[in-house]
Amino acid sequence: MSNLNLTLKIWRQPSPDAPGAMHTYKVDNISTHMSFLEMLDVLNERLVKEGKEPVEFDYDCREGICGTCGLVINGVAHGPRKLTATCQLHMREFKDGDVITIEPWRANAFPVIKDLVVDRGAFDRIVAKGGYTSVNTGNARDANEIPIGKEDADKAFDAAACIGCAACVAACPNASASLFVSAKVAQYAHLPQGHPERERRVLKMVQQMDAEGFGNCSNHGECEAVCPKGISISNIALMRREYMKAALKTGAAVV
Amino acid sequence: MSNATPNKWNIKMGADLKNSIPEGPLDKKWDNYKSGIGVVNPANKRKYTVLVIGTGLAGASAAASLAELGYNVKAFCTQDSPRRAHSIAAQGGINAAKNYQNDGDSIWRLFYDTIKGGDYRAREANVHRLAQVSVNIIDQCVAQGVPFARDYGGLLSNRSFGGALVSRTFYARGQTGQQLLLGAYGAMMRQVDLGKVQVYTHREMLDLVKIDGHAKGVIIRNLRTGEIESYAGDAVLLCTGGYGNVYFLSTNAMNSNVTAAWRCHKRGAYFANPCFTQIHPTCIPVSGDYQSKLTLMSESLRNDGRVWVPKTKEMAQKIQRGEIGPNDLAEEDRDYFLERRYPTFGNLVPRDVASRNAKYVCNEGRGVGKTGLAVYLDFAESIKRLGRKAVEDRYGNLFEMYERITGENPYEVPMRIFPAVHYTMGGLWVDYNLMTTIPGLYALGEANFSDHGANRLGASALMQGLADGYFVAPYTVGDYLAGQKPVNPADTSHEAFKEARDGVDKQIKRLLSIKGSKTVLELHRELGLKMWDYVGMSRTAEGLQKVLKEIPALRETFWNDLNLMGSDMEWNRSLEFAGRLADFLDLGELMALDALNREESCGGHFREEYQTADGEALRQDDAFAYVAAWEYTGEPGAPVLHKEHLQFENVKLTQRSYK
Ligand SMILES: Cc1cc2nc3c(=O)[nH]c(=O)nc-3n(C[C@H](O)[C@H](O)[C@H](O)COP(=O)(O)OP(=O)(O)OC[C@H]3O[C@@H](n4cnc5c(N)ncnc54)[C@H](O)[C@@H]3O)c2cc1C
Repeated sequence: MSNLNLTLKIWRQPSPDAPGAMHTYKVDNISTHMSFLEMLDVLNERLVKEGKEPVEFDYDCREGICGTCGLVINGVAHGPRKLTATCQLHMREFKDGDVITIEPWRANAFPVIKDLVVDRGAFDRIVAKGGYTSVNTGNARDANEIPIGKEDADKAFDAAACIGCAACVAACPNASASLFVSAKVAQYAHLPQGHPERERRVLKMVQQMDAEGFGNCSNHGECEAVCPKGISISNIALMRREYMKAALKTGAAVV
Repeated sequence: MSNATPNKWNIKMGADLKNSIPEGPLDKKWDNYKSGIGVVNPANKRKYTVLVIGTGLAGASAAASLAELGYNVKAFCTQDSPRRAHSIAAQGGINAAKNYQNDGDSIWRLFYDTIKGGDYRAREANVHRLAQVSVNIIDQCVAQGVPFARDYGGLLSNRSFGGALVSRTFYARGQTGQQLLLGAYGAMMRQVDLGKVQVYTHREMLDLVKIDGHAKGVIIRNLRTGEIESYAGDAVLLCTGGYGNVYFLSTNAMNSNVTAAWRCHKRGAYFANPCFTQIHPTCIPVSGDYQSKLTLMSESLRNDGRVWVPKTKEMAQKIQRGEIGPNDLAEEDRDYFLERRYPTFGNLVPRDVASRNAKYVCNEGRGVGKTGLAVYLDFAESIKRLGRKAVEDRYGNLFEMYERITGENPYEVPMRIFPAVHYTMGGLWVDYNLMTTIPGLYALGEANFSDHGANRLGASALMQGLADGYFVAPYTVGDYLAGQKPVNPADTSHEAFKEARDGVDKQIKRLLSIKGSKTVLELHRELGLKMWDYVGMSRTAEGLQKVLKEIPALRETFWNDLNLMGSDMEWNRSLEFAGRLADFLDLGELMALDALNREESCGGHFREEYQTADGEALRQDDAFAYVAAWEYTGEPGAPVLHKEHLQFENVKLTQRSYK
């Protein structure tokens, strides 16, 4: 395969409070076997050689599981390839001469730290409200004591596969975090271990989600479309049912 | 050290180390220990603050468990969320001696496999404790709602991993590390909500603060703002992972590093067996010089995939030139070299053995792919036997990952794989209590050296990280705290804090002021290549002596010709990486020295001078059945060697055989 010459339009913002703007860069001779982030590495190496500040973007595992990276590429969270996080996107998805725009996740709940790096601490604060079972270390009984049907176990896993990258928020016109929160709620709803705290969990997590300034879900479905792990929007329906049941049962005023 | 007399490599020798292993028969040691330790009165626990550095499996599980007991915990990580620690990337599974498959597994067998797999360079008592608590780990994780794979009857399923003849590996599709970490992270976040844990994200520990010889605080850089922060505590737990990135290319996450451990080493913590590194046999081969990391294909694939290369060099060359493909080769033209050489274990030999054999066939010119640096991992037979659906169920996400990266479909064309740096068995030296040579400083998980000897078996790192964090440290740290007067966590006015802070600040300013011509990435790549060539899959005295001259020269270049942009008081990734590379340069030198000193082959450490007639590792038990623990002397390259002699009272040392 031949190599690519590309034009990049990248969001640069020096600090959280400073104004940002799109800047244009050209990169040449990009191998189609490179990953998208390796292409940005190449750009940064050149910028440093020219005495310019490199473009800051966050990443860690570079194999699509830690959920650290996340860029809006040509207007789409994580770019053009379905079921693929930014770090696993490879340059063979692009054509010679392409113009590529690169922006950070945009949501009120995710302030920009620098350039393409954002702060997703809001997700941790939601998890702190109920993304677990309340069992202390050492209290567990034998792992095979409660059989769990394969179908339920598989459903729980499908929801638990969420990597917390927040592409769902970035893609949503309302910047809603419903897909993320519902995936956690669903994981435990499918497992007997999650049942004792079922009501409490959904009520508290949803309350925190609202407090963080995320928008409401209005069923656009963009979240599911960009999710690198294929988390299903049906989890949001499940979360709504769980929430209604919990609110009715506990008499929570927040319905 | 006084009385230090240099050995033939001019290495100074220090006093032997004591490991505080409890008395009694092997299977009673841990219980005896637990009934004899000091315990802090519940009302007093809240007066103590424990600083946990790192929130991977080891750190998150320790933070949660200590907080549940009543201690105050502050937990730090470099990522923007604790859930993103490198443990998240573990794919294949976690071992436990549950014997749910009724195939004869037991605590003893897991203990024995681990000691043997580590080529008899691990401490018996630690490994036995690990096997004992392994069963509790699975119970704990299931109670947390970790969605392990299950059979239709609703019970947990298992798979096999290398180096074992029983099926004892629990898994959650190809994302076991993710699910275990989310369980531990959840447990820790619950304690955040209860006010017992404070989590500090985007924070990097850059120094340890010692007061009267004890670890009493840390110096941290806030990666978002660049500010230097001080934290005081009663004990420090390093749960900062492994140092595989000293090779630049590895399967580790890009932020994995040795900095926290190395700076503690400089403060007096001995570094043990640094040359024991693991090269994993099944990774996606390098595709070009822009490569930033290597991707692992889980070892579990060797359950159903068969490893082969063409029988002849001529056929391999045709494949390398793209004239024919693997599917054009008839069965009799293929060499299933692992099955041929090791009929008992076949494709499931331990990692070091599988990696070395892949290297041999490539050296013979029989490698495949454009570069000739790859072998095939072929699923055709399994797909025929089990059906595509069953194979997809087991490995679907791994196959997808492979396709995304290489553009090839492994259901139709065999995968191309090659060994890559994956795990580091070496780490800070710890005693039975997981305490380093600095009182109050503990090392847990991959950051310590303790359980895997010279080679780690697959699915044992997750087990060890969680064992250390959930079940070991909560007891041993409590025993230490019971003898300490609590510090005031708000008070960091002691001179030792100031001294450490100034040192950190000075180094950062120095790095930014060099203004040379080389980037961090360039220099790191250069170090990585040297490490791979001379301290990689096989080593020689000649090569090691050569690299021991080259690394200091590269360090000179680093400190004189590095170019960093930006400032210290902002987010600055290159600055972070420069600090880490400075430590990798020192560590790399120590690894080479350790490899030179260890004149034997064992596990992942293969010295070409020491091999059997058919190319297997040849240990020298009389001279080297010891842990090499290195003391920093102020000058990298001139450390003092302390030995911990390994006593094998329960297993007999034999030449490992997987034939
Ligand atoms: C791709 C891959 C697959 C694997 N698969 C398996 C498997 O199937 N089974 C198995 O048993 N093992 C597997 N392993 C090995 C295993 O994942 C690791 O050994 C283990 O997860 C390490 O856990 P840890 O808690 O010790 O450290 P890590 O998970 O590496 O966590 C380190 C933590 O320390 C923090 N940190 C580091 N430095 C600093 C600093 N200076 N200041 C503050 N914080 C710091 C990081 O932010 C992070 O939170 C795999 C490894 C890789 C690379």
